[in-house]
Amino acid sequence: MAGEERHRPIFPTPHGFLSRSRTVAPPTWSRWLIPPAALSVHLAIGQAYAWSVFKPPLESALGLTGTQSALPFQLGIVMLGLSAAFGGTLVERNGPRWAMFVSMTCFSSGFLLSALGVATRQYWLVVLGYGLVGGIGLGIGYISPVSTLIKWFPDRPGMATGIAIMGFGGGALIASPWSTQMLEAFGTGTGGIATTFLVHGLVYAVFMSMGVLLVRVPPDGWLPRGWTPAKVAARPLVTTADVSACNAIRTPQFWCLWIVLCCNVTAGIGILEKAAPMIRDFFSGTATPVAVGAAAGFVALLSLANMTGRIVWSSTSDLIGRKNMYRVYLGAGALFYLVIALAGNTSKPLFIICALGILSFYGGGFATIPAYLKDLFGTYQVGAIHGRLLTAWSTAGILGPLIVNAIADAQKAAGRSGPALYTTSLYIMIGLLVVGFLANELIRPVHPVHHADLAAEAATRQKPMATRQGDA
Amino acid sequence: MPDHPDASPPDTTAATGTTRHTPLMVLTWAWVGLPFAYGVYELFQKLTQLFAG
Repeated sequence: MAGEERHRPIFPTPHGFLSRSRTVAPPTWSRWLIPPAALSVHLAIGQAYAWSVFKPPLESALGLTGTQSALPFQLGIVMLGLSAAFGGTLVERNGPRWAMFVSMTCFSSGFLLSALGVATRQYWLVVLGYGLVGGIGLGIGYISPVSTLIKWFPDRPGMATGIAIMGFGGGALIASPWSTQMLEAFGTGTGGIATTFLVHGLVYAVFMSMGVLLVRVPPDGWLPRGWTPAKVAARPLVTTADVSACNAIRTPQFWCLWIVLCCNVTAGIGILEKAAPMIRDFFSGTATPVAVGAAAGFVALLSLANMTGRIVWSSTSDLIGRKNMYRVYLGAGALFYLVIALAGNTSKPLFIICALGILSFYGGGFATIPAYLKDLFGTYQVGAIHGRLLTAWSTAGILGPLIVNAIADAQKAAGRSGPALYTTSLYIMIGLLVVGFLANELIRPVHPVHHADLAAEAATRQKPMATRQGDA
Repeated sequence: MPDHPDASPPDTTAATGTTRHTPLMVLTWAWVGLPFAYGVYELFQKLTQLFAG
């Protein structure tokens, strides 16, 4: 009985429409229906990066400070990391439809709770709703389609996950103007903000439900036509074996990748977070200063580079291999930072081109990681492993802005201006990218001792189930 | 397995499977593609400010 208890899951396995068995694709199903299912979730939850649209109206309507109005977003990102890390195994076990349903319910409920919070002037309800409940939707939604896409596209995993993760970048592009227009229409008082939140919650629920209805997992053993795993396994680092999520975090490869992702994201966020003030500060003392509107255009251009990098570079990684792709992200990224540091404010086009390169590598780094994990650890629990790795993102989300803001403030206090405000930060970013480059170089194939014996595990799982059925 | 549209080895139902899903394919890609196109359009509107400024 003790063994039986050990195998009983904490959360019940879903039955009926949401169960994994109900999502197995029929023989005629096309795998090209899976990317839109994934996009319907990622385009919705990507709204998180457009939270800043709500900050000024919330501050004036509820009398909040800037720090207070940032709380729902910050808690949401923390919950994204935590729920992806701790919910990954559940997502793998219960399947993508369950995960997308949970994501849809949490994300939409977050908006509805926030609407109630603003309408009743209870700001804690906005923090709880958007940050805590909505944040769980972000984390579960982010990892929900990854494993499924990799199983449908074993021949092009980089491209497949690149499409979905590009959607996360694209979500803010949609939400930012949409939310702004809605606030203009409903007003920026408590009533207007509450109505805007309410409409967001309802529309996102409908939009995401398409993913819930459409997503399918391939039948066991399914392979694309004319493709065999041996073709890919011929490459170094690519395995045909499987590693469980528990075993993966015990390997040096996982932690090397954690460092790679953390360094790459920290370097990208460093520019992304301060993009508008950075370009204005850089060229403030020149003959061609940058106006506020032009700085906004620069931020938009960076968003485009970030989004395009996700699909372009992750698809390229299918051709040149994951390790080589990260050599480019980290090596060329460090060179771009060096050019910005050395060139200073001598050339605006050079500054913009280098910043675009860095941001495209930032996006590419996010989008290529699931395929790198698949290469190293197989497809068995790649979604759960990806969830655990996203803690690197949470860490980088704190590190990047902290480094750039703290140094810029210190330099400003010391009376410096122009590029000098950022030079130290730029060299720190170069150092981080070099550390990431070295960590990538240390990655070797996973030792067979960590490989899972799936047949034996299935037999172990079935044994206590049979016992339980016998008991009943 | 072989009768799956994308599966190996060669099968004769591949075209049928794809054809059967064409309306669904168009609908689902439009479902995500149209909002995305709206976002990209708005982005390009902002981009013009960079070159105007």
